[in-house]
Amino acid sequence: MTDQALLSAEDLHLSFGETKALDGASLHVRAGEVVALMGPSGSGKSTLLHCLAGILSPESGRVAYAGRDLTAMSDSERSGLRRGEFGFVFQFGQLVPELTCLENVALPLRLSGTSRRAAHRIAGEWLDRLEVGDVAGKRPGQASGGQGQRVAVARALVAKPRVVFADEPTGALDSLNGELVMKLFIAAAKETGAAVVLVTHEARVAAWSDREAVVRDGKVREQEYAR
Amino acid sequence: MSVSFALLGLLENGPRHGYDLKRTYDDTFGRDRSLHYGQVYSTMARLLKNGHVEVESEPGDGPDRKRYAITDAGITDVAEWIARPEKPELYLQSTLYTKVVLALLTGRDAAEVLDSQRAEHLRLMRELTRRKSAGDLADELICDHALFHLEADLRWLELTAARLDRLAAQVKP
Repeated sequence: MTDQALLSAEDLHLSFGETKALDGASLHVRAGEVVALMGPSGSGKSTLLHCLAGILSPESGRVAYAGRDLTAMSDSERSGLRRGEFGFVFQFGQLVPELTCLENVALPLRLSGTSRRAAHRIAGEWLDRLEVGDVAGKRPGQASGGQGQRVAVARALVAKPRVVFADEPTGALDSLNGELVMKLFIAAAKETGAAVVLVTHEARVAAWSDREAVVRDGKVREQEYAR
Repeated sequence: MSVSFALLGLLENGPRHGYDLKRTYDDTFGRDRSLHYGQVYSTMARLLKNGHVEVESEPGDGPDRKRYAITDAGITDVAEWIARPEKPELYLQSTLYTKVVLALLTGRDAAEVLDSQRAEHLRLMRELTRRKSAGDLADELICDHALFHLEADLRWLELTAARLDRLAAQVKP
């Protein structure tokens, strides 16, 4: 069952002080699928996302990406992985305020050695795809919340990651803007073949996924893995 | 009830034949459920009897060549119907509530009842989401209406799941 997984967590445990954030959590994500992590506040869903992305290390258990054990990697190996293979979309505040939207989207490409000219061309295409080409020259602070999130999605996908981690990507937006962000985000992820791990407490956002996994008290109830 | 008002309202822009009226209804409101001709004609017969429509005759008429036109009384009726707020539906989750309480009373897994219902709700929400992203604005609005209602149910499921211990303490003898 787990052999097809691109990314998997097995029996993760992690506590913050007295609080057990993860208490035997397991999850499997296949290449190209969109999995929604749902659950009440404080259930451990964001902690699980951070462990899957190699941002947090569990006290016990194993996280594997493409057959490699994330928990056994050095910090620099893990950050290399995050830069090259993973993309991130958070609720807000992820764009560099001093850079233009275009430069923000170009940043992951520049960090991986793409020339400025090529990076800007590709970034521009991505902004157009997310229907925010008109904010290319603006700073994130000059864009609306919905535009900013679409710029963030463009930045998360520009380097063709195999997994995008999205933590409440529409949490700060109204229904209409949230809807547009999800529609464009999921369409672009499906087109590039990126898997998406989507943390949300909103059912309408989770409805964009292929399946859901419910996190409760640090454990995961994973919906049927087949399909 | 609303089919009759919808048909009547569609006549406000001009008289139509029965088949034309059916086609316009199906295009505008039909979606999954198109009207039967029989329903159009029986509705028109009733509206005719009530004085809300009248028949404009055409030379050489057969029964299918009747053109229906809305009357002033019909226009007033449509206007009143559109302006009148609908009674909010009180959906008390009674079946689900009963299942949850019974599960608790009989020592079954009540959380499982809620979880499988959540999965079923989400399955339908996914289907509607796919449908609206492939459709036009009308599809989007119709699906969104259903999605918001399903979401409300889901919030109830979440809240109930979080309160199961308290509910168990209250219902168990």
